[in-house]
Amino acid sequence: MAVCERHEELYEELDSYIDQVKDKPGILIGVLHKAQEIFGWLPQEVQEHVAEKLNLPVSEVYGVVTFYNHFSTKPKGKNEIKVCLGTACYVKGADRVMDRMLEELGVQLEEVTPDGLFSVHAVRCLGACSMAPVVLVGEKDFYGKVTPDMVTKIISAYKRGGSHE
Amino acid sequence: MALTTNSILICAGGGCISAGEESVKQAFERKLKEYGLDSVVSVVETGCMGACSLGPLAVVYPDGVYYQKLTPKAAEKIVEEHILKGRIVPQYLFEGSKDKLTVEEKAAPSEIPFFARQVKIALRNVGVVDPLNIEEYIARDGYFALNKALTKMTPEDVIKEIKDSGLRGRGGAGFPTAIKWDIARKQKSDVKYMICNADEGDPGAFMDRSVLEGDPHSIVEAMTIAGYAIGAQKGFVYVRAEYPLAIERLGKAIETAHEYGFLGENIMGSNFSFDIEIRIGAGAFVCGEETALMQSVEGKRGQPKVKPPFPAEKGLWGKPSVINNVETLAMVAPIILRGASWFRQYGTEKSPGTKVFALAGKIKNTGLVEVPMGITLRELLYEIGGGHPQGKQIKAVQTGGPSGGVIPAEYFDTPVDYESLAKLGAIMGSGGMIVLDEDDCMVDVAKFFLGFTVEESCGKCTPCREGTKVMHDLLEKITSGEGAMEDIDKLEQLAQIVRDSSLCGLGQTAPNPVLSTLKYYRHEYEAHVKDSMCLSKKCKAFISYVIAPDKCTGCTACARVCPSSAIYGEVRKVHEIDQDACIRCGSCIEVCRFGAISKVTPAVENVVSK
Repeated sequence: MAVCERHEELYEELDSYIDQVKDKPGILIGVLHKAQEIFGWLPQEVQEHVAEKLNLPVSEVYGVVTFYNHFSTKPKGKNEIKVCLGTACYVKGADRVMDRMLEELGVQLEEVTPDGLFSVHAVRCLGACSMAPVVLVGEKDFYGKVTPDMVTKIISAYKRGGSHE
Repeated sequence: MALTTNSILICAGGGCISAGEESVKQAFERKLKEYGLDSVVSVVETGCMGACSLGPLAVVYPDGVYYQKLTPKAAEKIVEEHILKGRIVPQYLFEGSKDKLTVEEKAAPSEIPFFARQVKIALRNVGVVDPLNIEEYIARDGYFALNKALTKMTPEDVIKEIKDSGLRGRGGAGFPTAIKWDIARKQKSDVKYMICNADEGDPGAFMDRSVLEGDPHSIVEAMTIAGYAIGAQKGFVYVRAEYPLAIERLGKAIETAHEYGFLGENIMGSNFSFDIEIRIGAGAFVCGEETALMQSVEGKRGQPKVKPPFPAEKGLWGKPSVINNVETLAMVAPIILRGASWFRQYGTEKSPGTKVFALAGKIKNTGLVEVPMGITLRELLYEIGGGHPQGKQIKAVQTGGPSGGVIPAEYFDTPVDYESLAKLGAIMGSGGMIVLDEDDCMVDVAKFFLGFTVEESCGKCTPCREGTKVMHDLLEKITSGEGAMEDIDKLEQLAQIVRDSSLCGLGQTAPNPVLSTLKYYRHEYEAHVKDSMCLSKKCKAFISYVIAPDKCTGCTACARVCPSSAIYGEVRKVHEIDQDACIRCGSCIEVCRFGAISKVTPAVENVVSK
């Protein structure tokens, strides 16, 4: 498996957060949020580290990580492309946008492109139903009323800004 | 606060943000600065104003003029014309309806049908105040209800007022709020919890988000009142991780409420102390179910528990706990302040008050609306919603998301209240309404929702975990052309079993999309199986794309866009589609400017020879 390099300073950042909150009951999910924010995903090592710091069995941490959609046990692309498959987007053709997106990048859902630039994720509702179908790249770049034909253009904008050129 | 001559309120709801609100805001600020007006004109980002299809929206005060579909250029023009010269800019005025209104009428929301029919209680401040400014909240009677409760009412009085108002849970099931409060009040326990359910998981519903983002203090105030009523010292708000802005604003509101003495020790000089903590969800639909939610607050896998014991008896960490949804809580302060009978003037006998709906799908005015209960679907969809965007026939409306059902157009005169919708096999749910037209296949819609519940089933009980999966497989079979008539019966039977034997609300309601589409649109299921036809031309197994020779000009646009190179033909000659190579993506229809390409069902034989 792709082992995350052990970045000391990232673990330090996580530890200082854990020290602040560890006395609050039931804080595991909060800690995992922080860990994912720091590391980008939750590799096995990080899960083991969290378990040790919170004095919980690793199995419990793993159980929580795999229960919730938000936590990822796989790395993501530099640009996370979220295609909304909420009901409003679906009835307006988001399934076709998704098909085209995967085809264009030549990946499966949640698989990272070989250049590390993209991964495509299905999300359940971005709350922008009036703009359906909606695609969100990263945390901020919204694309509304997306048709399959717009997919190439959306992707190319991030290829230019990518680090692999 | 600095004295200002004008305020420009910009909607920063999800719809407007995705339509480019940020760049419009920057344009306003840039232009104001250019004219040295940035100190006397304030630009404020508010919560969702509701009319999402017309975003980005802004209102210019003190005149209260609504502008729509703004661009950075439009913003600059509004500064130069409206702010500088006092002249309304007509081309960006709100177009709530097709009716011709005069400039003066168009500008005022009371004259626009989209707003005129609404009664805003839960959304009273959303889109009106700066969500981060506690003084604006106070100026609109904020924290007055808390003061009234703490100084003039006993906890029992508070519960009685809520009971008399008939307030019912706005999150889905419609359980009377006062009963929960009363049971929790009566439990003997030194520790009790007040929990706000802000895990708004229904795709297509975003009213809770808009309250949290647009008026977070209303939730802080209501939770504190509820905490006082039941005798809790601690509150939790469980918000989904997908709402970072809501989390940020609510956090800020809690902090400011502390500074003002509305949270913390001895609130407003009383003996009552209360504090609120935010817990962030991690993307699990089942956590909207109250026992699952409490597991998640405890930091565990969000799996539901058997009820009874009910949370009001034994909830979070085994202590009596009340869970109310955001919209329910947003109703609390006005009821306490203005009284149960004021609240009851709206709505129906059994469903008093108002309800917020999120209109989406095939409807002109998509967005958030708050209307009195008992309004008919027709009024909601046509008068407020403006009907179909292209004037097509609306086929049905889907309410309640993955737990709800479809209501066909024949029933649009039904009043919207908990009982009437349940009688039709749908539910009120959280208030998401997805409008469907003739292009939407009901079997496909049912499959879409089942796909959702299969993924979101927590796996604890067998009927839900296995049953929804088998139901989904059957729907897959039917929509891919492999179905038999007995599959339809099997599906119906299984749906009833899953409904009757699942542990929690998720499994019990998961079959609703199947049962209600079978009830009203069985002929569509049968057409898939018997005639290999999808009447809505949606299911790929039953359709073909064909080119009409008399309309095709041979412009080659379709052949160039086709991702699977399935279209053949020379320039200026009629083109043909190779049905074996066609993946039915529909791109060709979109680029054809001559209307030459159409979908047909059942699928046709391939005639192209390579």
